Amino acid sequence: MRAKTWISTLSVVLALCFPLEAQANKNFPFEVHGFVVGTAALRTTGERPPGGVGGDFVLGEARLRLDVAGSTSSGSGFLQFKGDLFHDAVENRLDGEIRELYGGYTDGPVDIRAGRQIITWGVGDLLFVNDVFPKDWESFFSGRPMEYLKLGVDGVRLQYTPSAVSIDVLAIPFFTPDLFPSPRRFVIFDPMTNVAPQGTSTPATTAVNTEVALRVSRRLAGFDVALHGYRGFWRSPVAPLADLQATGTSMRFHPRLNVYGAAAQRSLGAGVLSLEGGYYASRDDSAGTTPQIPNSQWRALAGYQYQPWKDSTLGLQFYSEIMDDYRNYRNTLPLGVPIQDRFWSVISMRFTQFLRYQTWKLSVFVAHSPTANEYFVQPELLRRFTDRLSVRLGANAFGGAGETSFFGRLRRSDNVYASVRFDF
Amino acid sequence: MSRSRENTDLSRPLRSVIFATLPLLVLPQAASSATAAEVVEKSHQAFYYAGADMKARVTMELIAANGRKRTRVLTMLRRNETGGREQRYFMYFHQPGDVRATTFLVWTYPGKDDDRWVFIPAVNMVRRLAASDSRSSFVGSDFNYEDVSGRDVESDTHTLVREEELDGVPCYVIRSVPKTSAEYVRKLAWIDKSTFLPKREEYYDSQKELARVFTAHVVEVVGGYPTVVKRTMEDVKRAHRTEVTFEQIEYEMGLPEGIFTQRSLQQPPRKWIQ
Repeated sequence: MRAKTWISTLSVVLALCFPLEAQANKNFPFEVHGFVVGTAALRTTGERPPGGVGGDFVLGEARLRLDVAGSTSSGSGFLQFKGDLFHDAVENRLDGEIRELYGGYTDGPVDIRAGRQIITWGVGDLLFVNDVFPKDWESFFSGRPMEYLKLGVDGVRLQYTPSAVSIDVLAIPFFTPDLFPSPRRFVIFDPMTNVAPQGTSTPATTAVNTEVALRVSRRLAGFDVALHGYRGFWRSPVAPLADLQATGTSMRFHPRLNVYGAAAQRSLGAGVLSLEGGYYASRDDSAGTTPQIPNSQWRALAGYQYQPWKDSTLGLQFYSEIMDDYRNYRNTLPLGVPIQDRFWSVISMRFTQFLRYQTWKLSVFVAHSPTANEYFVQPELLRRFTDRLSVRLGANAFGGAGETSFFGRLRRSDNVYASVRFDF
Repeated sequence: MSRSRENTDLSRPLRSVIFATLPLLVLPQAASSATAAEVVEKSHQAFYYAGADMKARVTMELIAANGRKRTRVLTMLRRNETGGREQRYFMYFHQPGDVRATTFLVWTYPGKDDDRWVFIPAVNMVRRLAASDSRSSFVGSDFNYEDVSGRDVESDTHTLVREEELDGVPCYVIRSVPKTSAEYVRKLAWIDKSTFLPKREEYYDSQKELARVFTAHVVEVVGGYPTVVKRTMEDVKRAHRTEVTFEQIEYEMGLPEGIFTQRSLQQPPRKWIQ
């Protein structure tokens, strides 16, 4: 039913738009664009998830993106729609997804946007401190383009820029969790395998549960500086251990979270220096004594990006998470539950090289955690045949000594992917 | 209007430096390099600084050896900051599809690396670009970032080689040699004596071979300012060229300072980029 609605909606929109050459004019103040992209990701480890779908394929899909943007003649009122209609061959289903849909108004120092919108804060490359907004890691680890890592939030953003200072306030009444690789597509070690959580409850849509995020940014001594605050929930759910032990089942939920942080970025030498830090205050476990609810933690990131030679970029990052109240965590952790280290650090490197007038782009991202002894590697090749047609080939490789670490648990899900995209 | 006054102001300190160092140098060489630096400075003013601000819709055709064409269309806004040689550039990409709505912000400073930001609409993110990227290709064209917003006049040593006519236009021929390692080891420029706009530039690479050629094909006077409206940069060795057309050019519009901020990267000033 949903799919049918989607098809009819999109058909009507497409039928309306194309005779008008998809360009804004007096009668039709919208610009219509989009792309068609087909992506397949093949697991190379030969293993298949028990009870999973798709055989050796992690992903097989065709996607139609429709991007409609319009504004009033003065430009002060505007509308943005980005929606996908897709066929998922792995699940054999047709579905649709609203990636972004918001209306906005801008006047003088005020800019307001309401609806589903993608927000990206902070200065990290795949390592996030103050970007507390929802992410789709399953998408990212199965070969979809980078933009699919970010999920929109359903809320209102108010930006106020009275002078050199810019203030962003976000109110998000409807909670969106992070999406992690699911055991239907990924061969994953799940410590909860033996117990069956009865599902996940997302925070109730109440006034008091509304997520609030604040950013104050300005230029200071050559730095782009931002102060961040967030009041909401951890985006990955947890299962209360007490319920598990008592009944063998448990309802996963999202514990409450506050984040206080700052970020700064500036030119330094021939490159760009990025610094970011934050404190994650786990409000449902402020003493760190409740097992399964994440303890409060510090996060810190330092990065430097420069150009070693023409048409190339090298980015290096160091990232660390430090658990607060580690003693309480260790003292209250029940037997048999895997122990987390106090520190989780990651060193990352991204190298990008453009060739032949940017018609070829080679890139590789490598993340290695010396503390957890695990790694993630993503090499990618992008070939642009024309302004419209491009092909992407890449791979996701995971490894680690332990099956419980972030990358290590995906080590049996290495995959290669290929994608063809046509822009219109 | 204030432009011409500013030009004089700018060349004055330069001139005094040159005259102060005159006695220290061998006279004929010094005399010619003083003239050459002045010509290049004037050319820089005419080419990059005309008007207090400027707007243009720029079409770049990237043409490969086999004739295959790619197209980039962008709106460029530029503003000179008062009382100095700092400039602000704002660029909005209309085409191609995979970079549509991408915006660039550049703050240039004389004698210092530029600050550059890019906005990536797909993830709604503003990112800084490294200053060392200045030699990298600008959106896959034969122009690099430095060609777009200009290279400091003081970064090169300029010599007047000769004066000659090019296509019937009297020109200064200036040789410029970078003081520190650069994309080229030598540049020869034919500068129109009347407009001070470059007519032709030849860039020689580290093998001392001709690598790139810039040609100004069509110059029109817009709002009182002679403007290169059609130009080409050709990579001679790779037989690749980029043809650039400037349209809808306007000067002295009073572009507000607020356009050239990180805020407009995310929320482009629609009024100016149509």
